[in-house]
Amino acid sequence: MKTEPTKTDARETDAPISRRDRFLTRLWLVLMLLPLVGGMLLNLVLTPPSEGITVTGAQIYFTLSLPFENLPAPIRDLPITESQVNSALVLLFLFFFCLFLTQGLRTRGKSARQVLAEFIVEKVEGFVSGTMGAGYDGFPPFVCAILMLSAFSSLLSLLGLYPPTSDINVVGGWAILVFFMITRYKLKAGFGSYVKGFLEPIPVLAPFNVLSEFSTPISMAFRHFGNVMSGGVIATLVYAGLAGLSTIVFGWLPGFLGEIPFFQIGLPAVLSVYFDLFSGCLQAFIFAMLTMLYISLAAPEKESA
Amino acid sequence: MELAIALIFAGCALGAGIAMIAGIGPGIGEGYAVGKACEIIGRQPECKGSVTTTMLMGCAVAETTGLYALVIAILLIFVAPNLLGNKLISLISENKDMVKELAEAAAKKG
Repeated sequence: MKTEPTKTDARETDAPISRRDRFLTRLWLVLMLLPLVGGMLLNLVLTPPSEGITVTGAQIYFTLSLPFENLPAPIRDLPITESQVNSALVLLFLFFFCLFLTQGLRTRGKSARQVLAEFIVEKVEGFVSGTMGAGYDGFPPFVCAILMLSAFSSLLSLLGLYPPTSDINVVGGWAILVFFMITRYKLKAGFGSYVKGFLEPIPVLAPFNVLSEFSTPISMAFRHFGNVMSGGVIATLVYAGLAGLSTIVFGWLPGFLGEIPFFQIGLPAVLSVYFDLFSGCLQAFIFAMLTMLYISLAAPEKESA
Repeated sequence: MELAIALIFAGCALGAGIAMIAGIGPGIGEGYAVGKACEIIGRQPECKGSVTTTMLMGCAVAETTGLYALVIAILLIFVAPNLLGNKLISLISENKDMVKELAEAAAKKG
């Protein structure tokens, strides 16, 4: 997802920023914010009004009916849910965000955007080499993509949208991707040693080894999903509780004043700082970290140079 | 039949509560890990960064069992009652005559 600033792209001049650059920067900025605004509008239009506070899963926005008769049921009437739409919007946002950061790279007279882009790339490279050791030069883009996608998906709840990471299907997909990568790195040492890895320390334990192999993606998916979703559920419950409390305390006020839930102002924001900001970013970090750890554990031992 | 539905709901709620007892384990474990990390940071403040990172990783892994329990509790609260309740209700509406007969027989006995 992150395009690295390469030397060939950068212009070594002190020339003022060209009009084309400026125009493209603004274009990327607009295109970057457009998916978020579109997502909020879509949420406004397609969400049916509900009475009170409910805890539900991802809503089905619409159903795609494919014109093929002999497909199995879930594919023929493909439900397009909120989480699918929102994760696609996050992808679009990140795509234009990267273009925005890397537009008009130069070696002298750097803009603030370029400094930020270089900071991100350097940080992620340091993070990957610090965790996995040397020899994984291809990994920073992948890790950064997972990190950014997960973090921004969780942060989407700040805009009042459904965070895609609180849908088990989304994080399950990521975990399966990581599982395939782990297996690929295990197979690098040869198929024989991959099978032999299951028979250690004694062959009797082979079923348990197979089980623990499959529990890796499940636990990764559940960890991420459980943290984000439980935050959402707790926030909703507290919100409902505060509404009831303010009805009890301020219910005697005359007219519409008695109906205003005063306790809902400000107090849930404190929870939001933990559940949306801290927990969302922490889970993204942990998911990326575990990905790297599992892959570097699965890779065959490097011959010491 | 209302009793059966009520029993299902009660069972789901009780099961969710009992499942969350599993929250004790990760709580103790994570508290221990954080306490140890604080000790180390107090002794060697210069390695604060790496200790914090490792501690967060360890906490995340220790949390897993608690999260399994949470997922089960949430399934029991939000998914199971609807699923079982709907199945039971459709079962009742399909076999209305049988239910009526059973109720009459029970009334005669009682």
